[in-house]
Amino acid sequence: MARRVLSILGCAVATCSLASSALMSTLAGTPAGAAPAVSTHDDVTLTLVTHDSFSISKSVLRSFTRETGITVRVLPSGDAGAALNQVILTKDAPLGDLFFGVDNTFLSRALDEKVFERYRSPELARVPAVFRLDATHHVTPIDHGDVCINDDNAWFDEHKVAVPRTLDDLTKPAYKGRLVVENPATSSPGLAFLLATVARYGQDGWRAYWERLRANDVKVVSGWEQAYNGEFSAGEGAGDRPLVVSYASSPAAAVYYSDPRPKDSPIGTVLDTCFRQIEFVGVLRGTEHPRAARRLVDFMLSRRFQEDVPLQMFVFPVRADARLPGVFTRFADVPTDPATLPPSVIGTHREQWIDEWTETVLR
Amino acid sequence: MTPPARPAAGAAALVRGIPVVVPVAFLAVFFGYPVATIVGRGLWPGGQLDLSPLGDVVGDPALRDIAWFTVWQAALSTVLALAVGLPGAFVLARYRFTGRSIIRALIVVPFVLPTIVVASAFLALGVEPSLGAILLAHVFFNYAVVVRVVGGLWAHLDPHQEEAARVLGASRVRAFTGVTLPALRPAILAAASITFLFTFTSFGVILVLGGPTRSTLETEIYRQTAQLLDLRTAAALSILQLVAVVVLLVVAGRFQGRRAVALGLRAVAVTARSARSLSERAFLGANLALMLALLGVPMAVLVARSFATANGPSFGFYRALGELRSGSVLFVPPVDAIVNSLLFATVATAIALVIGGLAAFAVVRHHRGRVLEATLALPLGISAVTVGFGFLIALDEPPLDLRTSWIIVPIAHALIAIPFVVWLVTPVLRSIDPRLREVAAVLGASPRRVWREVDLPIVGRAFAIAAGFAFAISLGEFGATLFIARPDRPTLPVVIYRLLGQPGALNFGAAMAASTILMALTVVAILTAERVRVGDIGTF
Repeated sequence: MARRVLSILGCAVATCSLASSALMSTLAGTPAGAAPAVSTHDDVTLTLVTHDSFSISKSVLRSFTRETGITVRVLPSGDAGAALNQVILTKDAPLGDLFFGVDNTFLSRALDEKVFERYRSPELARVPAVFRLDATHHVTPIDHGDVCINDDNAWFDEHKVAVPRTLDDLTKPAYKGRLVVENPATSSPGLAFLLATVARYGQDGWRAYWERLRANDVKVVSGWEQAYNGEFSAGEGAGDRPLVVSYASSPAAAVYYSDPRPKDSPIGTVLDTCFRQIEFVGVLRGTEHPRAARRLVDFMLSRRFQEDVPLQMFVFPVRADARLPGVFTRFADVPTDPATLPPSVIGTHREQWIDEWTETVLR
Repeated sequence: MTPPARPAAGAAALVRGIPVVVPVAFLAVFFGYPVATIVGRGLWPGGQLDLSPLGDVVGDPALRDIAWFTVWQAALSTVLALAVGLPGAFVLARYRFTGRSIIRALIVVPFVLPTIVVASAFLALGVEPSLGAILLAHVFFNYAVVVRVVGGLWAHLDPHQEEAARVLGASRVRAFTGVTLPALRPAILAAASITFLFTFTSFGVILVLGGPTRSTLETEIYRQTAQLLDLRTAAALSILQLVAVVVLLVVAGRFQGRRAVALGLRAVAVTARSARSLSERAFLGANLALMLALLGVPMAVLVARSFATANGPSFGFYRALGELRSGSVLFVPPVDAIVNSLLFATVATAIALVIGGLAAFAVVRHHRGRVLEATLALPLGISAVTVGFGFLIALDEPPLDLRTSWIIVPIAHALIAIPFVVWLVTPVLRSIDPRLREVAAVLGASPRRVWREVDLPIVGRAFAIAAGFAFAISLGEFGATLFIARPDRPTLPVVIYRLLGQPGALNFGAAMAASTILMALTVVAILTAERVRVGDIGTF
């Protein structure tokens, strides 16, 4: 299993990398507004506004400071939605110089509100086109993760039930009362999973799907913590639902954060149910240190930073040539064809879909 | 507060004004201005007043339902908390028994626990998300409010008054309702008001334990502001919240009545005795059993989980707390998180005691003091999101550019703690027999000396209890800080939330370990506050 995933990943990485670098070298002669290669930024301190889930190694940030003289101060500011809205509300007097953590489900709001300055990093050449969603280059992709159904392997072994393979399977009697999901109105993975079903069944069909899911006794909780640690049978609360909406990296995290570390992950991923989340960084308009901020963007796309991302945030780097840690290559499954929707479509319909979902599933 | 011996008339007026001006200024800058700014953004979108969102909100049946649910669940929670808490307050105020002070400290612990941690304990005990779970959690969190606020006064009431009524032929019930209850009324109203406001703005409990179909004004304001960025609707909902809170405070003020009752307070040591008869012991036992079941069992679950590693009972999760993510820029060693928590709590408590103490003084002395008292309670009833986002957009210019300063965190905590100080201290201050002051004044004591020698010794205990609450509020507060950027100095609740954000037994176990440390810290803080006797009237 692990080996198969590895080879798929290797293949994908190689192709994407080749394709993107070829594309970039033909299209981008000189990257617009790229920071000069040599410059000193003595005494500059950048403030990186971000959400509470952000993390990176001290040693990695220190190496950036050593190379550039720029100090980085990290300012976590609530969950992803709250952090973005704070950035928007303070755009006339920004809280910092960059914002990291807007994802494709909220990208259009950030772009509409014009909170970012344009910057096209030369390092983008290393990033597969599939992640470069902003053609206007106000934001730069940094990491991606896939929101998927996770399953409790032991439960399915013990009950001699086959693990579901598709979204359709989840509506079958065998899985009645087995799935717990998060409310898309209050949870980021919850929203991503709703979008997975919209992408799969279309704007006309997703409500019917959720009606079937509801008839199959799907349980809704407000956030990931309650779903995973409260209801999920392989989570720490030892709940009674063997299927949960979480992340493709959760099997790796479950191994990494166990003592002793198990040989196999207790949980698996249903790869046909995934929605891809991509997280971006952008230079905030009104920054007093635009050049230093751009260098930080470049650095966030460097291999050093990108290879640190998996074990810090349990997401995948966007850079094609970034090496993954062993626990990721062994245990984190990567869907080959995750669902996606254009950010502008999500931006137009997000609130309407959430309302309709509430109507369909909760009323 | 330090007038010269013979102040000029103008200076004297100034000094007299301080107890009013300072609290009002503090509230105006750190509450009124931020809230007005964010509400203004919603209602003055293009520089023009647009009140249509108010109409939209009132006209929306779904939002009307939410508003109605918000009010009645808070009212029901308050009634339940009083029903369960008042007997507890009596027992802890009147009976002397082994372990009383530790129990008094332990019951405050729920108050500091992050909702999500408590919810996980409740879920582990088989409590399913429902209305019942909301009410249970609200009683769990507010039991201490009733017991401490009411018990604080009860412990000082002279038991002989009730006994005298009994001697004169009143039944036990009659003696209680005729003598004790009227004396306790201000404290009961304070406890009821605090509990109502807390449950009125309850956030985590509703989201986690209410299930996905229940929302309150608070969760809806969060959704509109933090998720949808619909400031118009959020502003209208905030105004609705404000109106409801003002109505409540006015009603509570009416109930409180105008008369200040001088109570003839006694030292705690005198009023408490051991439970003698069988029925007294049974009553004591029943209350202790209730505390154990309601508060003790969920706490015990958390402690047990913090030791339950895969390799059997061990300190493994406590070690993990110091090791997990230790390379991350946002990692904070547990000791530092404890130090940060203590630092914030100390500063918040100091601010709350100074501002709240001044205000309590003003409330008693000025005939319009009630208005000040009610105004200072407003932050309890206004959404943390509104205040937090208000900070961000209002306090963005020097000298008030405090948005990324650490001081904003204890200030936010103090806003919530100040009403506790005012409400705990004023009933006691008011109940001081004015003749005591008159006697002191006649004997030549300066007003300052009267305050120090007469008032302070009596209100000392109320201050100590208030300080304990302020400290606990700050130790456990997460709601308000969630919407304020928190650079560099994560507190224990922040560490707990971070740990719970990722899968894996170590993360969860370490979060339980951090919760256990938080509980222990609270017990120590409360016990210390109890020991600090600011001239308890035990000296009488």
